[in-house]
Amino acid sequence: MELQVKDTIQWLEKINEKIQQNKDYLTDLDQAIGDSDHGINMSRGFQEVVKQVNSKDYNTVSDVLKDTAMTLMSKVGGASGPLFGTAFLRFSMGIKGMDAVNQEAFAKGLEDAVAGIMQRGKATIGEKTMVDVWSPVADYFKETAKVQAEDVVYTAKNAMEQTKEIMATKGRASYFKEKSIGHIDPGAASSFYVFEALSEVIKEEE
Amino acid sequence: MKKIINDPNQVVQDMIAGMIAAYPNALKQIPETTVITRSEAPVSGKVGLVSGGGSGHEPAHAGYVGKGMLDAAVAGEVFTSPTPDQIYEAIKAVDGGKGVFLIIKNYTGDVLNFEMAMELAEADGIQVEKVIVNDDVAVEDSSFTTGRRGIAGTVFVHKIAGAIAEQGASLEEVKTTAEKVVNQTRSMGMALSPCTVPAAGKPSFHLAENEMEIGIGIHGEAGIERKPVATADDIATELTEKVLMDMDLIGNEEVAVMINGLGATPEMELYIVNKKVHQLLAEKGIQVYKTFVGEYMTALEMTGCSVTLLKLDDKVKELLDAKSEAPAFRN
Repeated sequence: MELQVKDTIQWLEKINEKIQQNKDYLTDLDQAIGDSDHGINMSRGFQEVVKQVNSKDYNTVSDVLKDTAMTLMSKVGGASGPLFGTAFLRFSMGIKGMDAVNQEAFAKGLEDAVAGIMQRGKATIGEKTMVDVWSPVADYFKETAKVQAEDVVYTAKNAMEQTKEIMATKGRASYFKEKSIGHIDPGAASSFYVFEALSEVIKEEE
Repeated sequence: MKKIINDPNQVVQDMIAGMIAAYPNALKQIPETTVITRSEAPVSGKVGLVSGGGSGHEPAHAGYVGKGMLDAAVAGEVFTSPTPDQIYEAIKAVDGGKGVFLIIKNYTGDVLNFEMAMELAEADGIQVEKVIVNDDVAVEDSSFTTGRRGIAGTVFVHKIAGAIAEQGASLEEVKTTAEKVVNQTRSMGMALSPCTVPAAGKPSFHLAENEMEIGIGIHGEAGIERKPVATADDIATELTEKVLMDMDLIGNEEVAVMINGLGATPEMELYIVNKKVHQLLAEKGIQVYKTFVGEYMTALEMTGCSVTLLKLDDKVKELLDAKSEAPAFRN
């Protein structure tokens, strides 16, 4: 795979489409174990991201993702703003200066993003959070010889669905304890859309 | 959904404009932000106090901006923490050279956003300290959770930290005092009915006609137990006893009491709860120094209430009594 500026913008546009289409679904997931604003916040954030990245000319993927990060931080609010913002910010820092990003660099960016989310959210794997999607996807990029679009979406989807079985110990959902079991984590669901969108971009390239 | 609004996406901006119109001499808005400050901010030689959180908790938080209390409040979207850039603007606006103190309610989003803003301000050379309020005894504190929530007791922290800052205390003294108040404040709430977030358009949870939820937070998030509606006396007893269980009051000590309405509870009912709370405290030999009954930290139009107790000592009493000119807290 090789991601250029135009692919990155396309990636963000696809994320936005998916978040907008599933805004109510994300909010319903959050209603079950949170405070039912996840869909609203993410839709506001990614709408602004798309507006932002289409209003400028970019030379590097890193710059696109840095603007994405700053927009998410300043528009989303809640816990998702800093967490998704930090993820994209660390991602952009990990691939700084490259005008195109190959699989190796992308894997590095993802690894940095996961470290950022874990540090900011003081969360680790298995706590029913977005980490549970970002981390296995990052591992897949690192450990696979040649990334396949279908495997990206499979890895992310499987990881998202597994959050259903976990009892939340971090974030708002942790107040629900055992009652949180049986519900997909909203942050994991929106993270799935991030990687589903990515797989579509990769697929077009294949 | 039936609400007196113009556009669900504009409620926060419209509210802020209306607040400024109501208190043009006391409050001002930092242009292009959701930050409301005292009109004289920054006050030179005084620690600046910043609080904030999601909107929908009115009069928290901007109602507590004024001489003797907060220097700035940052309004997030409804029930959503404000973003780091907005909090950062508030910090810069109230820095009078003696540092800035942040009062944060223990919700993951609030903590994350305020901490990021703190990092931004510190990178700018502004000294910033913080306290995290976690007065809600409904949610257990353990190493596996993010800890207890911050609810109505936060108003006592605003008041007392505000008073000591107004006296010219250092950033360190403000922090120590605020931490003491957090340690001595406990709350617990309940709800009879949910509320509707304007942008969501539908109630945030469901309770049957004969049900109530005990131990609820201030966003309509679930409590610890759902059960049949009880009498005011039973509700007051359950809340007060849970609060007392978590405080080391050995009797003969003084407390301040807050009976807080969550947005749609008639004062009549709050006073009925207060009657029982006073009776229970009297039975245990606990002296009530001062009582606050009303809406201090709401959850839009949620029906319900919370009971907060603050254990007092002479210094805290003096600070609680100190003059405040904030629109929603005058004494």
